[in-house]
Amino acid sequence: MSVASPVAGPVIEGVTGSVQSTLARIVRRNGWTIVLYLLLAALLLLARALRSGFGPADIQSLAIGVMPIIFAAAAQTVCVISGGIDLSVGPVMAFTSVTAAALMKGGSEESAIVVVIFVLLLGVAVGAINGALVVVSRVPDIIVTLAMSFVWAGAALLVLSSPGGAAAEWFKDLSSGSFLIDWLPKALVVVLVCVALVWLPLRRSRLGLSMYALGSSPVAALRSGVDVNRTKVAAYMVTGLFAAAGGLTLTMITGIGSPRPGDYTLNGVAAIVLGGVSLVGGRGGMLGPIAAAFILSLIRINLVFLGVEPSYSTVIQGVILIIVVMIGGLVALRRSRA
Amino acid sequence: MSASPGTVSEVAAAGPGRTPWRRRLSEQPTIPLLFLLLCLVLLLFLIQPGILNRPNAWISSTIRFATPLALLAACQTLAMLTGGIDLSVATIATMSAFVMATQSAGQGDAVAVLLGIVVGACMGLINGIGIGIFRVQPLIMTLGTGLVGAGLLTVYQKFVLTAGSSVPDPIAWLGGGTSLGFFPNCLLLFLPVAALIIFSLRRTGYGRMLFAVGDNPIAARLAGVRIWQVLLVVYVLSGVLAAIAGIMLAGVTKTAALGSAEGLLLPSVAAAVIGGTSIFGGRGGYTGSIVGALILTVLVNLLTVLNAPQPIRQIIYGAIILAVAAAYARLTGER
Amino acid sequence: MTDLLLDASGIAKRYGAVAALRDASLAVRPGEVHALMGANGAGKSTLVKILTGTVRPDRGTISIRGTVRAISSPTDARRAGMVSVYQDPTVIPDLDISDNLRLTGTPVDGFRSWMAELGIPGLDLSDYARDLPLPTLRIIDLARALAHEPDVLLMDETTAALPADLTERVLEVIGRQKASGRSVIFISHRLIEISALCDRATVLRDGETVGVVDMGPGAEDRIVSLMLGPSEPESAPAVVAGVADASSDAPPAPTRVRLAVTGLRAGARLQDVSFELHTGEVLGVVALEGQGQEELFEVLAGSRRPAGGDIRVDDHVVDLRHPADAIKAGLVYVPADRLEALLPQRSVHENIALPFSSRVRDWGPIRVASEKRTVDGAIARLQIDTRAKSEVRRLSGGNQQKVTIARWIASGVQTLLCFDPTRGIDIRTKRQIYTLLRELAASGSAVLLYTSELEEIQLVCDRAIVIFGGRVVDEMPAAQADEPTLLRAAYGLPPGVPMPEELAEAAAVAEGVA
Repeated sequence: MSVASPVAGPVIEGVTGSVQSTLARIVRRNGWTIVLYLLLAALLLLARALRSGFGPADIQSLAIGVMPIIFAAAAQTVCVISGGIDLSVGPVMAFTSVTAAALMKGGSEESAIVVVIFVLLLGVAVGAINGALVVVSRVPDIIVTLAMSFVWAGAALLVLSSPGGAAAEWFKDLSSGSFLIDWLPKALVVVLVCVALVWLPLRRSRLGLSMYALGSSPVAALRSGVDVNRTKVAAYMVTGLFAAAGGLTLTMITGIGSPRPGDYTLNGVAAIVLGGVSLVGGRGGMLGPIAAAFILSLIRINLVFLGVEPSYSTVIQGVILIIVVMIGGLVALRRSRA
Repeated sequence: MSASPGTVSEVAAAGPGRTPWRRRLSEQPTIPLLFLLLCLVLLLFLIQPGILNRPNAWISSTIRFATPLALLAACQTLAMLTGGIDLSVATIATMSAFVMATQSAGQGDAVAVLLGIVVGACMGLINGIGIGIFRVQPLIMTLGTGLVGAGLLTVYQKFVLTAGSSVPDPIAWLGGGTSLGFFPNCLLLFLPVAALIIFSLRRTGYGRMLFAVGDNPIAARLAGVRIWQVLLVVYVLSGVLAAIAGIMLAGVTKTAALGSAEGLLLPSVAAAVIGGTSIFGGRGGYTGSIVGALILTVLVNLLTVLNAPQPIRQIIYGAIILAVAAAYARLTGER
Repeated sequence: MTDLLLDASGIAKRYGAVAALRDASLAVRPGEVHALMGANGAGKSTLVKILTGTVRPDRGTISIRGTVRAISSPTDARRAGMVSVYQDPTVIPDLDISDNLRLTGTPVDGFRSWMAELGIPGLDLSDYARDLPLPTLRIIDLARALAHEPDVLLMDETTAALPADLTERVLEVIGRQKASGRSVIFISHRLIEISALCDRATVLRDGETVGVVDMGPGAEDRIVSLMLGPSEPESAPAVVAGVADASSDAPPAPTRVRLAVTGLRAGARLQDVSFELHTGEVLGVVALEGQGQEELFEVLAGSRRPAGGDIRVDDHVVDLRHPADAIKAGLVYVPADRLEALLPQRSVHENIALPFSSRVRDWGPIRVASEKRTVDGAIARLQIDTRAKSEVRRLSGGNQQKVTIARWIASGVQTLLCFDPTRGIDIRTKRQIYTLLRELAASGSAVLLYTSELEEIQLVCDRAIVIFGGRVVDEMPAAQADEPTLLRAAYGLPPGVPMPEELAEAAAVAEGVA
């Protein structure tokens, strides 16, 4: 005979909801995101304090600069939540950027909308290829996307061997100026709307739940009936979509396409880690990385205002990132010891 | 990365083995790799028969260019065996080379080289502290130190603008020179280092610990291993090896340019992966990575000789890395 | 036969060159609780995976209510009316319960009513799964399965380590499935549970169905002999009892106190435990689920810091902050979960030699020849089957457990801490382990053994202590440690106090079948 404990009656009492406990739960679950937005507000106020002329124009240029990073972070978020990672985000952004620029060159203003749609679908196709390779080759996704980063970078060079192309006027206008009120940059609205349009329906859908499930526990996901392969490919497709959006914003901002990818892959990863997305998957959302992307830029701007040399600011940014993740590591350690 | 209870008994239920040749291959991955290398070399000879007139020159030049990559691949191999990765090796390599080059006039060659290596060790120490003690994920930690290092380098550069930079002659001799007409001097450094690494991985307690920590850190801890020690040391070693790689690279190229090692970061990971080291940890070795580095170097050579345009070269490069990794995954039935 | 609810026949599955299943069959009647039994490596888990759609068979047919079904995914299995409940919960840890339900398309109302039936009525669906305790998650899994109204409910070691009241409800629910003409496939290693619960049992051996047994008197022995096959004619208890008897005949060797624990406190559940462990003895620890025994072993192994109390080894106070400290003090640990202790991709040799290099001073070159001698000695002593020696994960469960023990044999055992070492192990290996533990004690080591199978106490141990509510409530020599006595003590009842009725029933069942 094996043993069992003698407790009578229900083992667990359900937690009944009251306003207090709901509020407490919201804080507990989204604590990090709340901290980030408070930090963001603080940095904005600091910038304003350091430079009295800090006004809508500065906010606009901040938003414009952050646009591509937000899309890179959004791409990475979807991928990482479902348990993967995509090291080819930067090259895919370059590839889609030059494709858009090349196609828009010499074309009419109206045809540009077709180009935009085409490039977005191109991103989805790229993501599908990445995802299919991960599934079929059984090679870990970090390696697949590392190898594919060469391929997509090469593809970018194939389209345009040096910066060039053009962008439609209305397209470029999407990122400049403000929207409704002075302080709200159009660029910010465009980014948030695009991300929200994709992410909000996805997050609550069966597919989105499957992505979280896959990242959280592949075994439990499989047993829960999740089609692991299809979910993975779908995640990469959404990643590709966001990466293409990021590429489009690059063309939007600069008016041309450049085949040399910037540091968007690594910046995206940094933004999502800072934003509270766990690299092992299953946890996190979009709000954190968006705030984190702004925070990283604002830190740099504030350092400039403080008179710190730009080269030091890279150091400081890196140090901040390291400190943040070390603190995160400590917190996780203490939680696992308890 | 722990397997669920179901997994172990699944495989146990599958029984003790797969077909004999597959199993031997999975235990000795170097053999098909050497075969691949041979194929690439033969292909190269076919396309450019001129090489056969002076084979020694070609071999020696290939080795000279492959050596820094092989050293960086060693960093990745060691880190990957513990289930980690080191994305800061390129920055460390550049930093060390730059420090050495700028200090050689003022401090003398030997001290300059030593300073370069100390820089690598310090960066590695930072990595080791973050990863070993604070349990930060290696990907993000080394990414951060890479950023910090790049920034520090820019700052440092401003201070030494006036000093000028030059690669000390002995380093140029070591990195880029040949003796007796055909023997690349870099082997004088590389062969002992490689032998030391291979021996350490196979025949020392520390080598066993690397595999153990990567394969199952929980089990390692229960057996008395203090994991932070193992991780701290591995990243310091990685930093030192990256420093040596940067110095050798400066010797080959005779400059210590700021971006020179960046292009070797992803290939260093690729070389280790092609060589059969699992990114999840617990399995692999350095011999494979050396062959992987050679394969990648010969591949670049092949693509240059084919006169393929740069984009095509890059695409083929990436495709081949993926193909080899996939073939390897199929052969060994890796997860 | 058209009156069968589930008819799986001719099932075969190969992994590469190895046949996990050759010709397995399983026939379940409506309204029946049917046990699926087999030693480790017999193919049970593969068959379960095929029935639940996680794996596709190479050959064979599965029919539900007379219709042949192709089951290629867990969703197919569910649609065919077969739902399974695994030992590790299938809930996604980072999602809340309502999202988990949506993921599997489970009707919320049905789920809620089953949760109430199973004893957890007030569950907050917005709780994250990872914040809930394990028994709750198991019940959630079960409720979720039941909410799909399956024709066949497959329970894979579900009741293992469930608290008594939840187990009771589960058994009630199983009874009700029976009554409504539905069936349950019950997988467990525990013969006692099977006898009490099941109508029939199908036994697998070496990938084949070797027999179907109607439960009744003598069924257990028949099942054991079917599981072991022709090479093991004798049933388990007799042989090992012989071992225990032999050592009690020998003149008692002089012993001293090896390990003295005083007032040990740790975590939420270990309150105040004191006992002494002598050299040359095997001391059994008996406790109900969650009484602090896990924490006790974790503290002694150096895995967990105690909140209070003293540990003395050979009369010196020791401060155990890390397993390395425990090992230095001669305390070596064999956990219940082999996965915790083994390096899956490394060879048997490396696994056994692991502790040799764990200290920095041992990081230098290895002395190959002498190491091989030591390791080979341990392999021989434990009779480890090293055919798959290149990767330990390819070994069977029993052999894996032997490797875990061999590691400490090779390093020299002073005090061995075993936590449920025979959990989920086949009978042959169990006996080998019992014999080994006795030998270790006979040669002067001290062994602390926690087991959840009470009959092992008299088979292996010299003395037993019983822990309840985080405290030692009883201590007795092995001769007195029969199951009813242990059970009574484990429930915290002083001798002479009658047990509560519902528990008395369970005990009577145990006594009747034991």
